[in-house]
Amino acid sequence: MNRATGTVTARAATAPWVFLAPFLLCFGVFTVYPLVQAVVLSTQTTFGPGATRFVGTNNFEAMLRDPLFWRACSNTLIYTLGSLFVQLPLALGLALLLESPNLRGRSWLRLVLFSPAMVGVVFAAMMFSLIFEKRTGLLNQVLHAILAPVGITWDLDFGWLQQHVMLGLVVASLWMYVGFNMTFFAAALQNVRRDLVEAAIVDGAGPLSRFWNVTVPAIRPVGGFVVLMSVIGSFQLFELPYIMFSSSAGPDNRALTIVMYLYQNGFELGDLGYATAIGWALAVVLVGCAAVQRFLARGEEAGS
Amino acid sequence: MNLRLSRALGWCVTRSLLAIAVVVTLLPFVWLVASSFKSNEEFFRSTFLPMREGSWSIAWERLSVEAYRRLFAEADFATGLLNSIFLSSVTGVLATLGCAMGGYALAKFNFRGRRFCTILVLAAVLIPGPLLLAPGYQLLYNLGLLDTFAGLILPAIAPAFGVFLFRQAVISGVPTELLEAARIDGAGEYRTFVVVVMPLLRPMIGTFLMITFLGVWNNFIGPQVVLQSADKFPLSVAVAELKRGYYSDYGLQMAGTVVSILPVMVLFLLMQKDFVSGLAAGAVKG
Repeated sequence: MNRATGTVTARAATAPWVFLAPFLLCFGVFTVYPLVQAVVLSTQTTFGPGATRFVGTNNFEAMLRDPLFWRACSNTLIYTLGSLFVQLPLALGLALLLESPNLRGRSWLRLVLFSPAMVGVVFAAMMFSLIFEKRTGLLNQVLHAILAPVGITWDLDFGWLQQHVMLGLVVASLWMYVGFNMTFFAAALQNVRRDLVEAAIVDGAGPLSRFWNVTVPAIRPVGGFVVLMSVIGSFQLFELPYIMFSSSAGPDNRALTIVMYLYQNGFELGDLGYATAIGWALAVVLVGCAAVQRFLARGEEAGS
Repeated sequence: MNLRLSRALGWCVTRSLLAIAVVVTLLPFVWLVASSFKSNEEFFRSTFLPMREGSWSIAWERLSVEAYRRLFAEADFATGLLNSIFLSSVTGVLATLGCAMGGYALAKFNFRGRRFCTILVLAAVLIPGPLLLAPGYQLLYNLGLLDTFAGLILPAIAPAFGVFLFRQAVISGVPTELLEAARIDGAGEYRTFVVVVMPLLRPMIGTFLMITFLGVWNNFIGPQVVLQSADKFPLSVAVAELKRGYYSDYGLQMAGTVVSILPVMVLFLLMQKDFVSGLAAGAVKG
């Protein structure tokens, strides 16, 4: 036994490799090989999976000049920022509410708020396509009913699926993911040191100052992780708009996202090469985000 | 007095905000289930359940299970349900076993290549799925695995993030002394894994089974790309087909969604304790 690493040397040298075999085989065949192929494919034009033609860097040049690609990028970015800046503060707020002292039924509440995360995006999209309907849709009816007493007439024909597509997608994402992200913040709030909170109270710090100086530093590492996961998830948005708009990009490509454009090119038009080029653009952005997050997290560790 | 007043105010505010959150979360579910029992005309007449004129009682006779009958008779949802159950459970069991084995090897064995494999696992998490969509499809085409269940199951039997999760679980949950003791008692490597390691990993196994089952059940883009014959479609694809084929039949679409969500919800309620805490623990440690 190696005390430093807590490991043992197998009596049969093959044992660790046998244990790793399913992962290595599966990873080699279905990740490493396709990854290498992704380089090859991005230099080709294909007509279905069988017929390919070498085109060099044409796919990338065409992509950078393709207005639909940029449309997809800007839609995806708007959705990502929207869900980040609305969703995460709400998630943190809910987690803080769940921390309020003497709250009865805490675990029950956590369960209920988490439950939408169990629903697949496809199924949530089915629900929301009807929730967003004009007149009969739940959202317009509820908004109409609750705003009427305050003297605001909500337009029952508000076109979530026609004019306010991005707003609709963000609203749907709130329902799906706020409870999910809340769970991570709730776990992080367990790291807040009670003695520091009490010391701050003794020092006469108000609730806001306690939040900024005690709570925020304690949940920052998990916060960075949640932000990164949200960005990665949001950038891969596909099913929600695809199902909601019945296998299309919505009116005037308002719901076109990067992955949807990849799918359309690869599997509706049969050009796997162009689809892969779009895939590389996505990969570069996401790996860049992960690198930035690591860098920031590391800087913080060094600083404290 | 002032302090007490502000406490009471705080109590009211937190409770009402939480109540609002619960209502917003549950309302779509309630509406979904209610709508699935309504005919199309009724869908346009009432928001939730049909009410009798001028009173607060529910008009039960205007509700029907017609949508559910047609779902199984016309849209063949029984097949979709079976396909989903088959794909999710087979993938779940295989992936759990594959990841537990891999994680155990990386956590506990001292061998050449250990560092390299660990780096592989960590790097793999960075590769975004959509990048591999087109080359993966081409690979399955070349292997003759398009339109087969194997084409969906095989790529999923040992995902890197699962190996990573199990590696962490083994490091924190399996004392090396116990492995040593098993060896002194003469147990072989594989026997040690099954008899000593697996039982200690039970919480992680439960959580990971659930994560994989759910992931496969809710996966749309995979089966949508790989499968072509309608009799192989899982519920995720079958439901989307419903929207295409019966686009104005709201009751049928809602019933299909209820049938797709319900099994997962029941499973979730049965296993929720392990699942939510496991997820959160993974996040904090990772």
